[in-house]
Amino acid sequence: MALPQEAAQEPPGIVSDLITRFGESTRLQTTVDDYPTVWVDRENIQDVLRFLKHDADTPYELLYDLSAIDERLRKHRDGQPASEFTVFYHLMSLSGDHDLRVKVALQDDDLHLKSVESIYPVANWYEREAFDMFGVQFDEHPNLRRILTPPLWEGHPLRKEHPARATEMEPYQYSEEFQDAQQEALKFVPEEWGMSRDAKHTDFMFLNLGPNHPSVHGVFRIALQLDGEVIVQAVPDIGYHHRGQEKMAERQSWHTYIPYTDRIDYLGGVMNNLPYVMNVERMAGITVPDRAQVIRVMLSECFRIASHLLFYGTFAQDVGQMSPVFYMFADRERLFSIIEAITGGRMHPSWFRIGGVTQDLPDGWYEMVTDFCDYMPKRLDHYEKMSLQNKILQRRTKGIGAYNTAEGLDWGITGPSLRATGSDWDLRKNRPYSSYDQFEFDIPTASNGDSYDRCVVRVEEIRQSLRIIRQCAENMPSGPYKADHRSTTPPPKERTMEHIETLIHHFLNVSWGPVVPPCESETLVEATKGWMGFYSISDGGGMAYRSRVRTPSFPALQQIPFISNGFMVADLIAIIASIDFVMADVDR
Amino acid sequence: MFGIEDFWSYALILPVAVGVLLGALVLVWWERRLLGWWQDRLGPNRVGWFGSLQALADLIKLLTKDDWLPPFGDRVFFILAPIIVTAAMLLAFVVVPFTPVLVIVESNIALLWFLAMSAMAVYGVLLGGLSSNNKYALLGGLRAAAQMVTYEVFLALSILGVVMLSGSFSLVDIVENQRDGLWHFIPQALGLVIFVIAGLAETHRLPFDLPEAEHELTAGFHTEYSGMKFGLIMAAEYVALILLSCLIVILFFGGWLGPSFLPPVVWFGIKVVIVINFFILLRAAIPRPRYDQLMSLGWKILLPLTLVNILATGAWVLGTQG
Repeated sequence: MALPQEAAQEPPGIVSDLITRFGESTRLQTTVDDYPTVWVDRENIQDVLRFLKHDADTPYELLYDLSAIDERLRKHRDGQPASEFTVFYHLMSLSGDHDLRVKVALQDDDLHLKSVESIYPVANWYEREAFDMFGVQFDEHPNLRRILTPPLWEGHPLRKEHPARATEMEPYQYSEEFQDAQQEALKFVPEEWGMSRDAKHTDFMFLNLGPNHPSVHGVFRIALQLDGEVIVQAVPDIGYHHRGQEKMAERQSWHTYIPYTDRIDYLGGVMNNLPYVMNVERMAGITVPDRAQVIRVMLSECFRIASHLLFYGTFAQDVGQMSPVFYMFADRERLFSIIEAITGGRMHPSWFRIGGVTQDLPDGWYEMVTDFCDYMPKRLDHYEKMSLQNKILQRRTKGIGAYNTAEGLDWGITGPSLRATGSDWDLRKNRPYSSYDQFEFDIPTASNGDSYDRCVVRVEEIRQSLRIIRQCAENMPSGPYKADHRSTTPPPKERTMEHIETLIHHFLNVSWGPVVPPCESETLVEATKGWMGFYSISDGGGMAYRSRVRTPSFPALQQIPFISNGFMVADLIAIIASIDFVMADVDR
Repeated sequence: MFGIEDFWSYALILPVAVGVLLGALVLVWWERRLLGWWQDRLGPNRVGWFGSLQALADLIKLLTKDDWLPPFGDRVFFILAPIIVTAAMLLAFVVVPFTPVLVIVESNIALLWFLAMSAMAVYGVLLGGLSSNNKYALLGGLRAAAQMVTYEVFLALSILGVVMLSGSFSLVDIVENQRDGLWHFIPQALGLVIFVIAGLAETHRLPFDLPEAEHELTAGFHTEYSGMKFGLIMAAEYVALILLSCLIVILFFGGWLGPSFLPPVVWFGIKVVIVINFFILLRAAIPRPRYDQLMSLGWKILLPLTLVNILATGAWVLGTQG
């Protein structure tokens, strides 16, 4: 909770290191997620991060997240330094299994901060996003421009004065001049990105791949500087799928935001609910019963398989193999019929609740789930012969778009794409949540970190997920599917007709939603495409004061130029196919 | 000058042309049904008996579509390109003998005529790509030029073995040559494999559809085409597939030859359908190699193999007949 540090808890060593190096103004803040949170002076931010990355005892290799908080309307800031806009850096040390959150206080009349892009390359896009959303100026940034909103957007959406609803704004006007100006602003100008139009002996061709192109999996645009068919430079352009998920979190109750989370990684379904509800449960102090935890694991793994199957099929399709995607969609359909029987929904069931799940499992779920576990491995063997062992497919993807673990971490890559480089970091093993420590499963890894390995790892993950699902089915605990806690939403309905108190309680939790005490917390999970987390701040209300959604696809797209320069257009397609991203997950 | 044979051949022109185009139409439907069956899905099944009128419905749609010309392109060549492709492919059928009598022109340079016409088709693809003035079409056109010119070479070289065995460029002679001996696919197995690969590259069907490679170049050289001009390009592609299958049957599988309980033309038809199905199966099964991989496959592997094939066949012919 946002209270002054109490003597009971010893500050981690790294914090005292920081205080001795960077002076008394370095302050510690406690949060319910127990990540050490330190406030540093803005002059020191580059030095602090450079120290943490290179000289700390356990170096913080990964800049997991970077964004800002508009603090101007926040009431509960006890013990925190005065700040109107707070920029926070979430650093992770995989070698030491530590987290560290660094915060910098800024005032609205002087929103300047030095860029850390030269220390953590992944900061480039995150800083652009913080500029776009809050107007924070990152000095020394190579190209600080809007990233999610259109170039001519007015205002910074996540500032509290920016309207959240159309009803708070003037009626919308769309004129022809407006459209022309917008289109003109979207034109790709190579000079703005430090590119020249010709070299000594060649004129470069600039090819605009997307935002509507068969192989970019959604609305993603990438401008290519081509020498013949060879890519010299690439500039990804995102934001065509931006829906303001973080803004919406600030005007939905803790409960009614759950369906929005389903649509963040729209192939992940309830996997998106999981970090969100776990985060709210931690803030509200709810302990989830065993049965609900195992049900959550089972459904999440079902969605991991569904997402990986789609990846597998489109991966083969993007290198020109026509048929596999149909078989995999058919299998995915079987899976969806199970999900539908259990949750009533298919891609977006919004089925997890604060404190548990919506309903208990239906009759016959056990047979459906185990039948699928029997059926699927044979199909996977078949697909392996058809796709992964195909020589043409191997020639198209081996050695294409490779990076090692250190490079992957520099670019913020997590999840299967990182494990393809040999790292075996999996949050389900390293930081078990929702009873994952009770299951037997392996973490598949590969060694080359190329497009082919990224596919191999995911295919093996399907098999491991099947193992987990079978264990869930065989060992499903009995007991309640919702926690017995006042903030569980909606509360169990059974007794509402018996006492007026329970009726009122039910009515309030359904209509206004639960109230979460003022605190900050972040929870991350091993989602289908990498680590996904919610960093929520409650100001003691029925809605989040700020909810940060960190998704794995966003940094993955930023990395594309780094791994595709020098390859051909056809290789770029193989690389894009191997990344496994969803534009909704990128833009949020 | 104008004898009964000439009259016969002129009379055949219309049935052959219409037959081939109808065949292309049926093939569109058949390919979609077959792919649907192989891929665990339905395929077209609503219009007509088992969806058999689907291709016709598509044709009507294409014919009635707005005939759009890209204002930024080169109008003349943009219109000319699909005409060239289709015309070249149809003209190649002039020399195809369905049976000894069912052939429009029986010529002693029939095989060369086929090669010439398939080379003409390259112009259509190239001009279509260039005249569209679209970057994707340009890349597709460039790929097409490189790919088709390269594989033109192997297409010609791979059938030299057959020509040597038969001692003739006449397609009728080549089939007759197989009557008493082995069909050519046994002594010329290497030639057949290379001819199939080169033919696939020449008709730019998946897995060698790099000039249009949907996942990379959206639609490649015909990105800007719509309506019936697009329809013509598609028709040419299917006509080319039929043509290629006919040639394979004639050169390697004894054309119309077969046990006499069925008429020759039926044998020819059966063989062609089997070859076509094989090509559709290839499309369903194999991924697409990269453009430079296809090129190096041609020059580094296929070229030496064809030369070996020619040398070996030549030596054998000299040894047995010379």
